Amino acid sequence: MGLVLLIVIWLITFVSSYFFLAKTWWLPTGASAAAAGIDHHFATTYAVMGIVFVAAQVTLGLFAWKYRDGGSSSPARYSHGNNRLELIWTMLTAVLFIGLTLMSGSIWASERFRPAEPGAVQVEVTGMQFAWYFRYPGPDGKFGATKPELIDPTGGGESAVGLDTTDPASKDDVVAGTMYVPVNREVELILRAHDVIHSFFVPAMRFKQDAVPGLAIHMHFTPIATGDYDIFCAELCGLGHYRMHGMLKVVSQEEYDKWLAAREAEKQ
Amino acid sequence: MATREFAAHESHAHAAPQGFIRKWVFSLDHKVIGLQYYFLALTAVFVGMFLSLLMRIHVIWPSVTLPLLGQIKPETYVSLLTMHGTIMVFFVLTTAPQGGFGNYFLPIQIGAADMAFPVINMLSFWVTFLAYLVMLAAFFVTGGAPLHGWTGYPPLSALQSAGPGEGLGADLWVISIALFCVGALMSALNFITTTLDMRAKGMTMMRMPLTCWAWFITAILGLLAFGVLLSAGILLLLDRNAGTSFYVPLVTVNGQLAGHKGGSPLLWQHLFWFFGHPEVYIAILPAMGLCSQLLSVFSRKPIFGYKAMVYAMLSIGLLGFMVWGHHMFMSGMSPYSAFAFSIMTMAIGVPSAIKTFNWLGTLWGSRIRFASPMLFAIGFVSLFVSGGISGPFLAQPTLDIPLHDTAFVTGHFHLIMGVASIFGIFAATYYWFPKMFGRMMNETLARVHFWFTFVGTYCIFMPMHYLGMAGQPRRYSQFTEFHYFDHLIPLNTFMTYAAFVTIAAQFIFVLNLFWSMKAGKKASDNPWEATTLEWTTATPPPHDNFGGHTPVVYNGPYEYSVPGAPSDHVMQTDPTIVAAH
Amino acid sequence: MAIFTPTVSIGEPSTTLGGNGAPPPERYGGDDGRSNYGSSGFDMRLRRARLGMGVAIAGIVMVFVSFTSAYIVRQGLPTLDSRTGNLVRDWIPVQLPRLLLINTFVLLFSGVTMELARRQAAREAAIARAAAVSTASASADSRISWLALTVVLGLAFLTGQWMAWRELAASGFDVATSPSSSFVYLLTGMHGLHLLGGIFALLFAGAASLLRRPIASQVVVLDVTGWYWHFMALLWVYIFCLMEFAH
Repeated sequence: MGLVLLIVIWLITFVSSYFFLAKTWWLPTGASAAAAGIDHHFATTYAVMGIVFVAAQVTLGLFAWKYRDGGSSSPARYSHGNNRLELIWTMLTAVLFIGLTLMSGSIWASERFRPAEPGAVQVEVTGMQFAWYFRYPGPDGKFGATKPELIDPTGGGESAVGLDTTDPASKDDVVAGTMYVPVNREVELILRAHDVIHSFFVPAMRFKQDAVPGLAIHMHFTPIATGDYDIFCAELCGLGHYRMHGMLKVVSQEEYDKWLAAREAEKQ
Repeated sequence: MATREFAAHESHAHAAPQGFIRKWVFSLDHKVIGLQYYFLALTAVFVGMFLSLLMRIHVIWPSVTLPLLGQIKPETYVSLLTMHGTIMVFFVLTTAPQGGFGNYFLPIQIGAADMAFPVINMLSFWVTFLAYLVMLAAFFVTGGAPLHGWTGYPPLSALQSAGPGEGLGADLWVISIALFCVGALMSALNFITTTLDMRAKGMTMMRMPLTCWAWFITAILGLLAFGVLLSAGILLLLDRNAGTSFYVPLVTVNGQLAGHKGGSPLLWQHLFWFFGHPEVYIAILPAMGLCSQLLSVFSRKPIFGYKAMVYAMLSIGLLGFMVWGHHMFMSGMSPYSAFAFSIMTMAIGVPSAIKTFNWLGTLWGSRIRFASPMLFAIGFVSLFVSGGISGPFLAQPTLDIPLHDTAFVTGHFHLIMGVASIFGIFAATYYWFPKMFGRMMNETLARVHFWFTFVGTYCIFMPMHYLGMAGQPRRYSQFTEFHYFDHLIPLNTFMTYAAFVTIAAQFIFVLNLFWSMKAGKKASDNPWEATTLEWTTATPPPHDNFGGHTPVVYNGPYEYSVPGAPSDHVMQTDPTIVAAH
Repeated sequence: MAIFTPTVSIGEPSTTLGGNGAPPPERYGGDDGRSNYGSSGFDMRLRRARLGMGVAIAGIVMVFVSFTSAYIVRQGLPTLDSRTGNLVRDWIPVQLPRLLLINTFVLLFSGVTMELARRQAAREAAIARAAAVSTASASADSRISWLALTVVLGLAFLTGQWMAWRELAASGFDVATSPSSSFVYLLTGMHGLHLLGGIFALLFAGAASLLRRPIASQVVVLDVTGWYWHFMALLWVYIFCLMEFAH
């Protein structure tokens, strides 16, 4: 039985480790400025915890086999423990764990502690059951007012976000169902939600932030590769949670300007 | 004598009750109450497993029509996962290890005749049972069961219009949880008072088995945490039914103003997780205590580092109240708070690691007997390691960004809280069955059960980590909408088939359980040759646990293979042990 | 293998792990130098009941700690005004009815009568114990009077709270009017509910007295209910101050 335990535990350990190392199912290629740092720290944590995982499971399997009661083996060692050993492995584990966290601190700080740079592309993202809408402030750089009484999800676009068209600043606001941003420029997001908590999740950008009703949450990221990226909802929001989806299209500055200009023109 | 006449409160708790109702229904005997809790959890776990079976089927075959149940709609899926989580966490993981085995064996292991307050003990079970009925009732009312997840975040859980099931079903869900809180608080009261005040002569705190320490610390966590959940639930009920706005800001659902303003969804999250994090330790600590116990018994060796184990459990308990924000890194909470919570969360990994080292240290240099309780104990260590290793990923907010609310989280908590704790329940059943029912369970069936469950649960939950890293969000009813998920379908399919096999294997356990009660091999008083007090008394224990005499304790609970002793185990009540070292 | 030291005798020999053949110390159950409480069943029951009540009170405290933190958070919380896009604070303190002050004095006075009942019972128990009887002496009447008075005052308090609610509602503040009014109803209501539980306990104690149950049982019930009652009074003072001063 000890041998079977060893074999099965080792097998489980090595098979699962294989798939981790082979990256058979893995994070999508990072496309934001933050991705490199996050992925690097991921790899560090991975390596450390991977070693611990394998070491612990291998030891468990080994001990299960080695110390099986074979009848003729010597009696078990009568030991209540070893305080010095306890101290050593406690210190080591604490240093390891706290060390990992502190290492990740600078990335977290750069992502979350500082506000967006001036000149960042501003996009207001609004989540509602079960769609995302993206509002651009237009040439005046100001977002127009919205009113909850004006919200009409069936109308799409401007009425979905409840845009108050009587506000002069709303005249040039563009509301779209697809999010366009220019590459290599910081994007400032203002996250809002109408009804329940949603979460704006772009795996390729290593970006996630809950959109909470009653709050307007400012976040930022910088896309560094053009392409089309899926946006998912990552907070249970009702029956349509699984199909609440958007597309983030990262394009060149020229294409972005053209797209925005075309949307502005449609409004006239 | 004078004092006896004065204190003529006849110890009615010690006279055996007569009649079916007093003996088996409204029993004051902690052993009967423990069994009542256990069987409640047993029915709940099969309900919970059935719900998860339907979930796994739907994920792979979204449009299949099932016999009797018809087609599972997306809203049904989310209701299933809500009820699965709620029933499993509350009525299985918070019920069987503590209310079930804790009730049965804490008094016996400390040498007491019953719990401190038998009437409150009885009431705590019936309140919990009522909570269970109310929870199940949610399935059958108009609109059905709620779909807001076991975590119940408002505004989704606060607004009737936010989805099907968020009407009466959601109200019943909140009421059930509130009742459960009351039952849990009553139970905690009993455990704490009993442990502090009813230990037998010589049973110092540091001679208690680690199971007793685990039940004691779990009860303290419960005492301090369930009150907070109760208050959160009351606020939610008021928001839902009295028009208050504790949690709900100005929102519109489908363009309709919902009639609230100014509330904070984050308030619920803070209150819920202040309870919710200690709750996961409530779910796992008894299993940790039992694992320590079983590794010692079945390797014929004292637990490695008893004091360290006690301090580790105490630290886990204390730190458990300081880490709740790690569930909220992406919630809109202050990023500075997030970092503070992160440090505390990594810190709590340290005592858990210590316990793992000590379990390995117990096995080192031992003589292992591979009885079924030991298989599950070894399995527990493996699962605890696997589930624990993914913790430090989630504990760092930087890495939580890609992983939060993905299948990675689901894999993490299922391995470390779900499966590990269930292994503790299985281990406890196989271990204490002889003492409770006077018979042995069938070892062959037990082994088959173990292997299928051990391998099966790894096959179901280890792949979730890969899926989560690949970006598969959790609580999605299907993955057919977007091509992004196409390459993840095969792995999901594999998991569903693994679930079929694993769930089927659980019937072997149930079969073994009930068959052995009737026809298992008769058990001696101490079939495992263990040292703790429950093995010094008759099988099953008499009504007052020790047949009229109070045990006197001379030794610690893990005196195995003592050099020079006549046998390889020394009972706690044995006064004749040769000097150890 | 090499990382473990081969010797196994490390570890303080003075731990209570492992017996050393010596009989346990002449104290019951316990460790930590607790004083010898003797073999009296009554003392043990009283101690155990008090411990249980202390634990229960800790649990109830957490409920109100939670309400308090919700109160503080909600008070300070700015909310997004969709119309202006600005964050505004919408906490308007409620003018508490003066009746609450009267109710406070009623409750505090009931604490005095409760304490008198509790001490009277303890005195009778001591007398009964010395006389080696189980039933109460004739001076049971004064104890029952204090007990009855406490119940009456408790009910008066609850009636007063109900009247205060009516007064609040009449001046336009019901439970959903504003966040501050929600909390007033919540905190007073939850406290009142717990106090009602205490009143039931007192009625139970009163019934036990009238039915001439053994004095030892009565004393235990009255003692822990007394401590619970004092906690309820303290809790009320706390809630009142929170609502009145913390805004």
